[in-house]
Amino acid sequence: MADCNETLLEIWRFFDDQLSEAARADIESHLSECTDCLQAFDFYAELKSVVAQSVRDDTIPESLKIKIFECFGDVLAEDDGSELTSES
Amino acid sequence: MAEQNAFAREAMQYAPQLYSTALRMTHNAQDAEDLVQETYLRAYRAFASFEEGTNLRAWLFRIMTNTYINMYRKKQRQVKEEDYGEIEDLFLYRRLRWFDTDAVAESAESEMMALFPEDAVRHALDELPEEYRVPVLLADVQGFSYKEIAEMLDIKIGTVMSRLHRGRTRLQLALYDHAKARGIVRESSVNLETT
Repeated sequence: MADCNETLLEIWRFFDDQLSEAARADIESHLSECTDCLQAFDFYAELKSVVAQSVRDDTIPESLKIKIFECFGDVLAEDDGSELTSES
Repeated sequence: MAEQNAFAREAMQYAPQLYSTALRMTHNAQDAEDLVQETYLRAYRAFASFEEGTNLRAWLFRIMTNTYINMYRKKQRQVKEEDYGEIEDLFLYRRLRWFDTDAVAESAESEMMALFPEDAVRHALDELPEEYRVPVLLADVQGFSYKEIAEMLDIKIGTVMSRLHRGRTRLQLALYDHAKARGIVRESSVNLETT
């Protein structure tokens, strides 16, 4: 089983889901027995979610929504033209 | 045509995520709008090369990140980086474990949120140098894997990991400074003002 040092060393790869199943299981079994490490993991799990939530809330401006639809229309127009000539 | 309409509808649902990331990348609402618009324009043009089964969300972020690097990074003056030395992974945790929890309102949703309100975290994120900020945004906010980020930024996976490490430790440093400034953690012999 992983010791405290090995466990804490892998903390970010654990959160980033970059560990093999075996390595992950190893860390999890250490965490189930070690309150100190579990505390550190909880701390960073929360920090990660606080960081994620700090950015999520922007709504897109109406002007941008219109522009996106417009550029889609432009591309469609271009494509329609070329498709018509190539297919006919 | 019908296929392309479906593609547009599907692509459109990612606009808010792309826009909020663009805002954090460019730090400017107009640039963010232009960046997202350009991203969609390029995406629609490249629609033919989009392979069924590819992750559309990752594909759009990849286009946007590439566009950002090409269009905006050139405009920015390269700032010589301050040397912070090596900061350990668990910097913030090791310093905050002794802090006075009573200083934090108990009614708050979580201790972490009370300690670090949204504005403070966003500010700390905004202050990160771009080369660290973008990987942190892609990993910690958008949840992309190292491999996806490596493809988006056209760097090696090892480079993604080291930039993430630096970004995250720098973020911890900034949040620690914030906590100190609010008087939540005190350094001995330093008299800090509480706001």
